Amino acid sequence: MAKGISRRIWGKVVHILVLGTFTVLLAFPFYWMLITSFKQNLDLYTMENNPFLFNAKPTLDHLKFLFAETRFIRWLGNTAFVGVIVVAITLLLAVPAAYALARLSGRWGERLGIGIFLTYLVPPTLLFIPLSRVVAYLGLQDSLWALILVYPTFTVPFSIWLLMGFFKSIPKELEDAAMVDGLTRFGAFVKLVIPISVSGILTVVIFTFTLVTQEFVYALTFISSESNQMIGTGIPIFLVRGDVYYWGALMAACLIASLPIAFMYNLFLDRFIAGFTVGAVK
Amino acid sequence: MAVARNKRMSIGAAQSPLLGAAMFSPAVLYILLLVGGPFLLAILYAFSDARIGNTEMHFVGLENFRSILQSPSFRVAIRNSFIFTICSQIVVIVGANILAIALEKAFRGRGLIRFLILMPWVAPISLGAIGWKWILDSIYSVITWVLVAMHIYKPFSAPMWLGEPHLAIASVLLVHSWRLMPFSTVILLAGRTAIPKDIPEAAAVDGSGFWRTQLQIVIPMMRPIISVAVLFGLIFTFTDMTVVYILTAGGPFDSTQTLPSLAFALGIQGSDLAAGAAISLFLVPLLVILAYFMLRVAHRAEVN
Amino acid sequence: MAVVETRDLTKVFKEGQLGAVNNVNLETREGEFLVFLGPSGSGKTTLLRMIAGLETPSSGEILIGGRVVNDLSPRDRRIAMVFQSYALYPHLSVYKNIAFPLKAQNVKKELHKEKVEWAASLLGIGALLDRKPRELSGGERQRVALARAIVREPAVFLLDEPLSNLDAKLRASAREELERFHRRVGTTTIYVTHDQVEAMAMGDRVVVLNKGVVRQLGTPTDVYDNPADTFVATFLGSPPMNLAELGDVIVGFRPEHFRPVSTITDAALPFRFNVENIEYLGSEWIVSGTLKGGKLDGKKVFSRLSSAQNLQLGGRYEFAVPQQHLKFFDRSSEKRAEPRAVSWQ
Repeated sequence: MAKGISRRIWGKVVHILVLGTFTVLLAFPFYWMLITSFKQNLDLYTMENNPFLFNAKPTLDHLKFLFAETRFIRWLGNTAFVGVIVVAITLLLAVPAAYALARLSGRWGERLGIGIFLTYLVPPTLLFIPLSRVVAYLGLQDSLWALILVYPTFTVPFSIWLLMGFFKSIPKELEDAAMVDGLTRFGAFVKLVIPISVSGILTVVIFTFTLVTQEFVYALTFISSESNQMIGTGIPIFLVRGDVYYWGALMAACLIASLPIAFMYNLFLDRFIAGFTVGAVK
Repeated sequence: MAVARNKRMSIGAAQSPLLGAAMFSPAVLYILLLVGGPFLLAILYAFSDARIGNTEMHFVGLENFRSILQSPSFRVAIRNSFIFTICSQIVVIVGANILAIALEKAFRGRGLIRFLILMPWVAPISLGAIGWKWILDSIYSVITWVLVAMHIYKPFSAPMWLGEPHLAIASVLLVHSWRLMPFSTVILLAGRTAIPKDIPEAAAVDGSGFWRTQLQIVIPMMRPIISVAVLFGLIFTFTDMTVVYILTAGGPFDSTQTLPSLAFALGIQGSDLAAGAAISLFLVPLLVILAYFMLRVAHRAEVN
Repeated sequence: MAVVETRDLTKVFKEGQLGAVNNVNLETREGEFLVFLGPSGSGKTTLLRMIAGLETPSSGEILIGGRVVNDLSPRDRRIAMVFQSYALYPHLSVYKNIAFPLKAQNVKKELHKEKVEWAASLLGIGALLDRKPRELSGGERQRVALARAIVREPAVFLLDEPLSNLDAKLRASAREELERFHRRVGTTTIYVTHDQVEAMAMGDRVVVLNKGVVRQLGTPTDVYDNPADTFVATFLGSPPMNLAELGDVIVGFRPEHFRPVSTITDAALPFRFNVENIEYLGSEWIVSGTLKGGKLDGKKVFSRLSSAQNLQLGGRYEFAVPQQHLKFFDRSSEKRAEPRAVSWQ
């Protein structure tokens, strides 16, 4: 009797310990960002102070500084701007391509699909040097349009892969029925398949947007002036004046930039995983 | 009459290769131009003496590769690239498996825990990295404070986490593992839920204890999913320059350089496009190998 | 070999709702093939899983071989289970599948080969030892599952609808194999199914369950010829027993006992029968229609005949049921009642 119960209790304790340890290790930096954002500078920069406590009153100074005296809001705007346009371009390129590869192209479609997925594996850290010259040649250096031009290189392949799996799961009979009713193949695509696929398309939108906000190499290479920065580059580079790190404002900015992305990502997590694991999990 | 003809044509065009080509060519063209083209350009630069600001460019054969292979910072970079990638992957695979086991059964608050656990992956890489930079700060590090408070170090004598070469390497490893852990966990979790419920039950009836069932039955069954998680993890870590750039900028004394961060340092900051391109091309062999394994996993899944 | 016993066994999944299993009391006999029969949701699988140790009872006791096993893990109960899907380990060869229980129980490695080969030969799968489960047919997989179960020489076999995943043709031969296997090995076996044909054919005794409650426990003859209540009466037999309400009693008679008057010589209860549908099944005829007249006017009934050549659709005929084949059930409790005189006029 006792053996069964104590085994269960022991199991529960270990379970909680494991979960607790991992959660703390993984989430601690964000908790730390939160605390740092509200601590006064003299509290932050006094070594003897217990960093886990508020030794002076919490303050909104860092937030005020961040929003009033840095270009943080501008960077948020830049990122949103680039994000929206890249999402539009990605949808325009990826949705028809995914449909064509899923439905219309037989064997060649499979191979092309795999080929496109493989381009996802060509990293920005390989292409950034030649692309920097291409950007300069086009006169787009230090312009957000350089990013808008280049970002689809990694958002489109993955979106095609995601959408291909999605379209394949729509029964062909639906489109066949629509064509019997008089629609052309393309008409069936526009009037039937796209409306059904709203959730898949929404997934691509969110995923593309998060990829845009997380990107670093291109944003660092192509953009130089402070007012044109994206949040991924502006925050770690331009919230540092000379050698002085404005940690309070820095941490606040990190948290403010990360949380909305986290919310969106969590909502669509299952779809993203399906995108990565398509085929490996049947 | 025209309607009938329309019907016949549209149903007959079931394969519609022309329409198909029209629909995917914009994407294919874009990728060829902006991925294929620059890739070829990178190769071209690697065999030239291109510099930022120069309009001229000459072919120099294998000169760039020769000088790179002799440079000590390159050797450190290639060593680091492999160390960071492989070591963080090992840590992550073990940790992610344990965490996936812990998250498998539903419990109150699991949604919140999942949200918290995902943060390192969803936050932009540079922001997570700079958060760690503050935590590992040479003077104000909270880790230092805790160790001093526990009397493990005397005040002012704690190590500089990002300032000493071995510790800096460990710190970069830590941040890479931290960032990758949620991604692998979530993929493994999806793999676990795909395993039929009665297999672990059959193992239990057969007399297998919890860990034997996990190690001999469940985890081997997850091999395709684990492969996917590992392959993506290797690619993400191997090709990343952000963590190193933010945490240490390759220092101290180039001890934490990796191939991508060195390529950036020489190619963009040093304006030596040719050297940068040549270094970044060393990423290709491993990527080709990883791509091959990816295709094999996908193919095996199709066959089964 | 052991006897499985449950005492007041109950399992409630949701507070306040009716339990999946309610106060089940039963006891197997040594070496018997006991069938848990019931529709889906009757609790038969939950009952089996509790005996296996895969579900914890809400209350009550389970005994195996005279020992209370409630707190024992499945491993310690000396049982073996065959799942509906067979649950073969897909990444292991047939040999390793069968050897796994030995490995898990820390049996010495030297003994594995001998025991695996013994189990494999018992089921005639010696040639399949190097294959992987996905290369096997449905019938072969069942045999591997059985081999894996027997290799540990368990005290009790638990089988959870192992035939439902096989297609109809295969099912009959697989059923026969199971019966032969049980005769050879003689281990106490509990078999769960919703198929009453399987239950009748295979079971030494049948436990008929509905909504978590045992309706009857008896031999196939018991449950078919002397059903304890209307549920058992209608669950066994296809088409189901005809039931008609007459006053405070329900009268039941099986389709095969509802025949034209001319074919009956004993005392019988007469009926007037309107034929509305005739199905010829090759070996027999299923005739359905309605009764005419009196309190039972319009009642739909079935008849099973070896010949229906004289019957026509829409025709009205004199049918009857021999007195000895009439069953009586109490109207309110639906339980079996004493025979009495009834009239539908």
